[in-house]
Amino acid sequence: MSKSINLTLKVWRQKGPGVKGRLETYHAGNISTDMSFLEMIDVINEQLTKDGKEPIAFDHDCREGICGTCGCVVNGRAHGPEAGTTLCQLHMRHFDDGDTVVVEPWRSRAFKVIKDLIVDRSAFDKLIQAGGFVSVNTGGAQDANAILIPAEVAEEAMDAAQCIGCGACVASCPNASAMLFVGAKVSQLALLPQGKPEAAKRVNTMVRTMDALGFGNCTNERECEAECPKEISITHIARMNREFLKAGLTAGEK
Amino acid sequence: MNWVTSTFGSSIGKKVLMAVTGLAFCGFLAAHLAGNLTIYGGKDAFNAYAEKLHALGPVLTAAELGLLLFALIHILTGLTLFYQNFKSRPVRYKVNKRAGGRTLGSGTMPYTGLLLLCFVVFHLLNFSFVDKTGTTIFAIVSKAFANPLYVLVYIFAMIVAAVHVSHGFWSAFQTIGASHPKYMPLVKGIGLVFSLIIGIGFGFLPIYISFIA
Repeated sequence: MSKSINLTLKVWRQKGPGVKGRLETYHAGNISTDMSFLEMIDVINEQLTKDGKEPIAFDHDCREGICGTCGCVVNGRAHGPEAGTTLCQLHMRHFDDGDTVVVEPWRSRAFKVIKDLIVDRSAFDKLIQAGGFVSVNTGGAQDANAILIPAEVAEEAMDAAQCIGCGACVASCPNASAMLFVGAKVSQLALLPQGKPEAAKRVNTMVRTMDALGFGNCTNERECEAECPKEISITHIARMNREFLKAGLTAGEK
Repeated sequence: MNWVTSTFGSSIGKKVLMAVTGLAFCGFLAAHLAGNLTIYGGKDAFNAYAEKLHALGPVLTAAELGLLLFALIHILTGLTLFYQNFKSRPVRYKVNKRAGGRTLGSGTMPYTGLLLLCFVVFHLLNFSFVDKTGTTIFAIVSKAFANPLYVLVYIFAMIVAAVHVSHGFWSAFQTIGASHPKYMPLVKGIGLVFSLIIGIGFGFLPIYISFIA
């Protein structure tokens, strides 16, 4: 049943990159529990705009949990307290009247704050450019069933392919490591025959790019898989570790 | 040799170094505990075990040098990772909350590791680098554990070791890529039981020596 709640919000406000920011307190009154977290911020922003103040800058796009654009750390949890959801799928019914809610941007050396709650995630684009692809020859398309892939392998690759690149794994990792993001991509492509020819090169380039971008090292804390809105398992990280060792020890390239 | 540095110098490579040396230490702990259990056979059994061990001569020296090399790799790589991971989040969160992945063991690895390093130095100074002429190892050990402070330090160190191993064991398997939903629960179970065996097995020895033996 729909009801209204009142909240105290503490939101990270920062004018631009490299500028000192701080938590500002806002009162969110008469918030319908049917609203999503982003709609709640919309309501605050409307009031801020009416008051002639700068609205809170936050990233969002599809608002149905598939684009990976939104994401903030809510009370210390990436995408908020619910499992397997993005911030836009988090509803205000999961909060109680009178709660204080602290909203912070993703924190990582590799993700610089652009403004308020918006961070620069182009480090993920650089990782995908480094190896998150398969090379395909031009020419006539071959028959769709020419390459046989066992259903369970296709399923497992699909589990990894669910990654929406939101960055919650980095944000929730105590070491700000990108291993789940890179692991999911390496694993997805290493599982499929189309990805195998470039598997060794891919894992080497992606891991080296990840290290160079300033992400932390994985220490198997498992916070990433607990926070991932697509619930991607760390078994994909293990597969990347295997692929990396295999590439390091046996691949032709030096 | 380029591939060696590029493989083991990477983030995954450093993890693998930690995992392989860490698993080797688990093996060492098991062997060390098995040897120590001869204490329950009495003074003579324990002294005889120590004598037999030292009679190995060059084999023992080689094993000790191997352990020293592994320790150096484990400590230096661990410290590097600790420093890099500390630097990877320059602005920290105001509110920190676990999502259910982090455990007591995983969250304290660098700290329990450093405590264990201090303990190993202390332990070697006590029982390894001492004048053993005209005395037996049992006499040295029982004299040390006559002091209740030693008993407490050793018990605390073994609890720390158990916490360290509780994360380290399964984590090593994950790192070297030996992870599958089929057998990972078993690996985690073995890791938990092993850490309990280490904690209780070693931790009870000082109590036994000072109060019962």
